[in-house]
Amino acid sequence: MTNRVLEIESLHKQFGEVEVLKGVDLDMESGDVVSIIGSSGSGKTTLLRCVNLLEDFQQGSIRIDGQEIGYTPMPERRRRKEAEIARQRAMTGMVFQQFNLFPHMSALGNVTLGLTKVKKLPKAEAVAVAERWLEKVGMIERRNHYPGQLSGGQQQRVAIARAIAMNPKIMLFDEVTSALDPELVNEVLNVIKSLAAEGMTMLLVTHEMKFAYEVSRRVVFMNQGRIEEQGAPADVFRNPRSTRLAEFLKNAKF
Amino acid sequence: MDFGRFFVELYMARWALLQGLGVTLVISAIAIVLGTLLGIGVGLSLVYGGKVQRLLVRAALEYVRGTPVFVLILACYYLLSQVGIQLTAFQAGLVALTVFCSSHVGENLRGALLALPKGQTEAAKAIGLTFRQTFVYVLAPQALRQALPAWINTAAEMVKASTLLSVIGVLELMLATRQVISRNFLSLEFYLLAGIVYFLISFSIERFGRHVERRVALPS
Repeated sequence: MTNRVLEIESLHKQFGEVEVLKGVDLDMESGDVVSIIGSSGSGKTTLLRCVNLLEDFQQGSIRIDGQEIGYTPMPERRRRKEAEIARQRAMTGMVFQQFNLFPHMSALGNVTLGLTKVKKLPKAEAVAVAERWLEKVGMIERRNHYPGQLSGGQQQRVAIARAIAMNPKIMLFDEVTSALDPELVNEVLNVIKSLAAEGMTMLLVTHEMKFAYEVSRRVVFMNQGRIEEQGAPADVFRNPRSTRLAEFLKNAKF
Repeated sequence: MDFGRFFVELYMARWALLQGLGVTLVISAIAIVLGTLLGIGVGLSLVYGGKVQRLLVRAALEYVRGTPVFVLILACYYLLSQVGIQLTAFQAGLVALTVFCSSHVGENLRGALLALPKGQTEAAKAIGLTFRQTFVYVLAPQALRQALPAWINTAAEMVKASTLLSVIGVLELMLATRQVISRNFLSLEFYLLAGIVYFLISFSIERFGRHVERRVALPS
């Protein structure tokens, strides 16, 4: 039996008249680390947001751990109920470009919120889990700091802890270093690398080509709402088959 | 200004004035509490209500905000009795102030909720919080902080607006003052006194508000 964590099949997404995803297929197995690259407007962030059900989609299906998310299976495709969607969202962990920490809660509070309210863990247990992850991302000493008291890199590390503490099947990273000062980028990338090394299944949208090269098992190049090319990082970066990918790589920073 | 005579008159009028002050404080306080509760309903309807609900609440809100409080008070007293709702002057005044207060609170809360970054809702959803949980644990605590300064302003505004209730015969501090003046003709002195009292009430509300703001401020 293959251990498919994520199966995206023929995904179509429209914003009004504009079709931003024109039939995307993507499978990931447990422990896979896949980076999505491509120019802005290629649909990579939208794809990630569909997996987290932050966007609705009109056609196709997404299965996580074999479970079809967001909509009931065809032929009677129906948007699932709010509570069901909330539960399915918790199967994925999302880290945002803008961190989006809750400013009225301490680092610890940010991580425990989902544990106590969604996972319904007792307070003490939630704190223990949260502290383990804050330790892991190197933020345990600042657990009582509020987001306003932390640097961007520190906030992003707390945001990673907040997402991964929920024990998701797959972690989604949406350009998580784009809003950071250059000297803070590495502390965040190092955390992601260590998670990858431990076998976390991860789907990343990134502009850090060197990082994508080092961390991913597979690199996916998106162009105009389609996956144009994918493969092992060495193949994709060294021997691009499509001219568009070659063009993109020429202009990308490494 | 004849201070000796003023103090004699003030002593004689002390109960009347204190009673007026009491009515001012009580009616303002009740209007602020009820108006805030109603206003929260208004704000939530405007942000999360269905299309019809939003439209109706918005229409009512625009009507109330477009009408002078003075007219609102007269309407509550005279118009409601025309349609068979018999209210005392105090009750009618309370209704008018409550509605006025709720329009401010509602608009203010709406603004505060809409000003929150979209990422907050998304982050809350992403960890699996339901809409209700997102509102209670993530949005409301931030929106309330944001809305606090304007809310304090509204509270002080209510006390000042309560002076208008004198026209329908609610014996609050303003009307009590005028009745006292009509007996002793010390208009300058007693209006000045009333002014000082109103200032002290507003000032206390502002100070208290600043104190609360500091207490709930986020560390940065």
